[in-house]
Amino acid sequence: MRYLPLRPDDRKAMLARIGVASIDDLFRDVPEAARDAHFDLPRHASEMKVERTLSYLASHNAAAGSFPFFCGAGAYRHHVPATVDHLIQRSEFLTSYTPYQPEIAQGTLQALFEFQTQVALITGMEVANASMYDGSTATAEAVLMAHRITGRSRAVLSGNLHPHYAETVRTMGELAGEIVVAPASAGVPEGLERVIDDSTSCVVVQNPDVFGSLSDLSRLAEAAHAKGALLIAVVTEAVSLGLVESPGAMGADIVAGEGQSIGNALTFGGPYVGLFAAREKFLRQMPGRLAGQTVDADGRRGFVLTLSAREQHIRREKATSNICTNSGLCALAFSIHLALLGEKGLGQLARLNHATAVRLAERLSAVKDVELVTQAFFNEFTLKLPKPALDVADALADRGIIAGVRASRLYPHDSRLRNHLIVAATETNTDADIDAYASALAEVIA
Amino acid sequence: MTELRFTQSHEWISVEDGIATVGITRYAADQLGDVVFVELPAVGKIFAAGAEAGVVESVKAASEIYAPLAGEVTEVNESLGADPAAVNSDPEGKAWFFRVRLANPSSVAALMTKDQYTEFLKGL
Amino acid sequence: MMNVQGRPTTIEESEPVRQATISGDRGLDHEEKLIFEIGDVEVTGVDLPELDLSHDRLGGLARKQPIGLAGLSEPETVRHYVRLSQRNASIDASFYPLGSCTMKHNPRLNEKMARLPGFADIHPLQPQKTVQGAFAVIAELARWLKELTGMPAVAMTPKAGAHGELCGVLAIRAALRARGENRRCILVPESAHGTNPATAAACGFAVEAIKATSDGHVDLAALKDALGPHVAGLMLTNPNTCGLFERDIIAIAEAVHAAGAYFYCDGANFNAIVGRVKPGALGIDAMHINLHKTFSTPHGGGGPGAGPVVFSQRLAPYVPLPLFVEDEKGFRLIEDPQAAREAGAAPLGRMCAFHGQMGMFVRALAYMLSHGADGLRQAAEDAVLSANYVLASLKDVMTAPYEGPCMHEALFDDDFLKDTGVTTLDIAKRLIDEGFHPMTIYFPLVVHGAMLIEPTESESKETLDRFIAVMRELASEAKQRDSAAFKSAPVLAPRRRLDETLAARKPVLRWKPSAP
Repeated sequence: MRYLPLRPDDRKAMLARIGVASIDDLFRDVPEAARDAHFDLPRHASEMKVERTLSYLASHNAAAGSFPFFCGAGAYRHHVPATVDHLIQRSEFLTSYTPYQPEIAQGTLQALFEFQTQVALITGMEVANASMYDGSTATAEAVLMAHRITGRSRAVLSGNLHPHYAETVRTMGELAGEIVVAPASAGVPEGLERVIDDSTSCVVVQNPDVFGSLSDLSRLAEAAHAKGALLIAVVTEAVSLGLVESPGAMGADIVAGEGQSIGNALTFGGPYVGLFAAREKFLRQMPGRLAGQTVDADGRRGFVLTLSAREQHIRREKATSNICTNSGLCALAFSIHLALLGEKGLGQLARLNHATAVRLAERLSAVKDVELVTQAFFNEFTLKLPKPALDVADALADRGIIAGVRASRLYPHDSRLRNHLIVAATETNTDADIDAYASALAEVIA
Repeated sequence: MTELRFTQSHEWISVEDGIATVGITRYAADQLGDVVFVELPAVGKIFAAGAEAGVVESVKAASEIYAPLAGEVTEVNESLGADPAAVNSDPEGKAWFFRVRLANPSSVAALMTKDQYTEFLKGL
Repeated sequence: MMNVQGRPTTIEESEPVRQATISGDRGLDHEEKLIFEIGDVEVTGVDLPELDLSHDRLGGLARKQPIGLAGLSEPETVRHYVRLSQRNASIDASFYPLGSCTMKHNPRLNEKMARLPGFADIHPLQPQKTVQGAFAVIAELARWLKELTGMPAVAMTPKAGAHGELCGVLAIRAALRARGENRRCILVPESAHGTNPATAAACGFAVEAIKATSDGHVDLAALKDALGPHVAGLMLTNPNTCGLFERDIIAIAEAVHAAGAYFYCDGANFNAIVGRVKPGALGIDAMHINLHKTFSTPHGGGGPGAGPVVFSQRLAPYVPLPLFVEDEKGFRLIEDPQAAREAGAAPLGRMCAFHGQMGMFVRALAYMLSHGADGLRQAAEDAVLSANYVLASLKDVMTAPYEGPCMHEALFDDDFLKDTGVTTLDIAKRLIDEGFHPMTIYFPLVVHGAMLIEPTESESKETLDRFIAVMRELASEAKQRDSAAFKSAPVLAPRRRLDETLAARKPVLRWKPSAP
């Protein structure tokens, strides 16, 4: 078998050195009944055969690039320069481990230090960690961190937070206290401030939100701070940070985000990369790995994982989190893409996204009986259609257009949202895409 | 009169007029390695004997500090924030952690004397 | 003292050993600054149009301040990251015997398959009828995981091993709640990986440690004593973190179940028994599988991973959302908790957004299809054979706390270094100079100065022999008590030992522009 270098003679010599007659002798501690299991699975296969099997399955998926494509709602289709994917496949990035021996992991450690800097800069925060699994688990960890900092255990989740994120927070956070989830709303709902009380540890709000809506979080930040609570800002479209005011500037205490938009393909929902940033005074309560600067025995600058005493391998049951892995390679892809873009490129990219979305929104809302629900947005907006979004989206799909994410998929029991469609547009959408969508929508609605 | 006592979890406690000053011993500091951070209790906090009072973090370890006896925290050593290294250089002097007004000053007698602690260390 | 690993952190004084060059670079080893020191905010390596947003719909929320984010041209970016990569050890280049991590070969076929547009360019929320191939991959991987473990159900969505542990313990909690029982304690062997007690505590359980016997196994008598109506479950790694198979495992499972508790198995060491033993036959209730360990998905410098969890019948109802369903109409997801309950399930919630680590699923499935049942069995056997070969070849010059045989990893302690002045850490640093990535050190905690060596099945005998020869020589040198050559190591790596104390006392976690 091509992946196994040991040869029959090797095995014989090794058994002899060990002093046993056969490999079975090395499994003698396994209970007899469980020892030689039989598996209803095929035998090994050549690379060619595996390729054929998996290519067949891949061909039964409609790749986003083959249609006018407008899905967002937490994952966004962007163009990733060829350089990024090429660099992350270098042996030394792809097949290296967590940098526990820093002398031979300066590549990974320096890249993480740069990543942490980039994340802190774009979110407008003081310190960031070396990434989390994804935006949803980062949000849950942010809530737990807020509980530790404030000593309180009640979290308020805004109704504009992605329902998958809210469910994840509930699953991971309900153990630690009360989770209050406000009803679905585009933008920050009027009454949210009134729900914050003296037992609230944090308010979690998404911006741009799941409907694409943009809000100023400053007032909410003030309301939270007035009650001794923290503001957690969630960003699921990292490119928005190239054009929209940063959560840090709006008063956020912790930022939890999804970095997939930069450097990482859609890949059906994973692996993605969680962004996590906070104010420096909360550093010791931060979960996740941290790369820090130091010097070596010759006085040269180098990097190491640091403040490990917060983590599971040392604090065990008192750790800030049970996390072991971060999302290293995805964080690297994010970092390389952002290094290629730089501030100038990120700004250009963000403006292009916004301009494309504005153009699309205006064309679509010009169709009779179609209403644009989100007034301020970045690259995603919500339409209210005259018919159920499920029927419209299906009809559009039949015409070769993947029109967006229907709100009813995310909110199956909210009858108010049955006709709502969440539409994203990025730099990958062309004028032809926009024309096709607008004319098809007009046909379908008529 | 000042009494100096020790616990099996390697805290030292120096009592004068009902106020106990608590720190960790040289042995503990050496075991931990370079101390990087000390988490101290809040002033005013009331502890039962043996309750967890704080944490000492080194690069590769973390250890709880326990309140040797019941009482109320009257003072904490703020200087350890800027200079955690003091725990390694002078753990039994400059790097005291906190002071406690003892609920029951006579309970000090139950703890190990210096000689008893030295014997205890030999057995480890 | 809790958690003391005995690992020294200060750097002792020693002579600088490098010859100076004019540039500071040395042949193929280049010094490399930070992006922010090389690049500029006005530079970009991507050609994008310059748009003036005369007409925007940002609601007045455009950025007011610049970010301060440097950019690089494409050639500068390539050079920067290629140079950084050259400062990393990797499985592709070196023997990487990290115990508990299973650093096996990462096949490039996996990378090619994951990058097929039909897998890489699909959105998690695009219409389900357009992604039936993706669901088929997930279903097939789920089938392999269930068949290999002999378990009836699997939760596919956890994003890493620790995330899988959380899922498993949450399932136990949900099951207890459904039974109307409030059991507050989880038992964990002393030798357990730190994620186990951290996970238990995160789920609101108190953790009680179970001692090991003198031969490195869980003490069955101590376990039985500890079991009671307050115990929710036992978290056990098998083979355990000392590299030994828990031979009493069936009795352990019976005792746990008789006490009304659940048996969680940490599957980090599955590589020792995959294709030979079905953990389901041993009585487990849940086991997470690290796809990035046993099933070769690349470690990527620290992630991403994937940690699907197999469940027994009694925990099967609690699999988190989304549920993957196949019927005559094809594959579909159940994402709505109410719909799940109507289908007879009781999902414990949602571990994360969307549907799991699809990119890692494709890679793991490619690996499984390539190996087949026979290949996986051979892989496990070769892994166990290689570890025992290392153990047998070194135990006369080093000290192994447990006689052996071991499973897929060999454990040594630092007893053979007693009074030499040389530590486990020093041995590891010399190995770096010898061209090997060091083994896992100071884990498990139950042994002093632990060295845990996991060769995996991906190494030739020649590599193992070279490693053994070097270890024998290092052991011999250490015993001669001239520790200077050890204390200054490594001297041939891009950096010498780094000051971790400074990094923790004065944390510098990002670049900042210097004041003008």
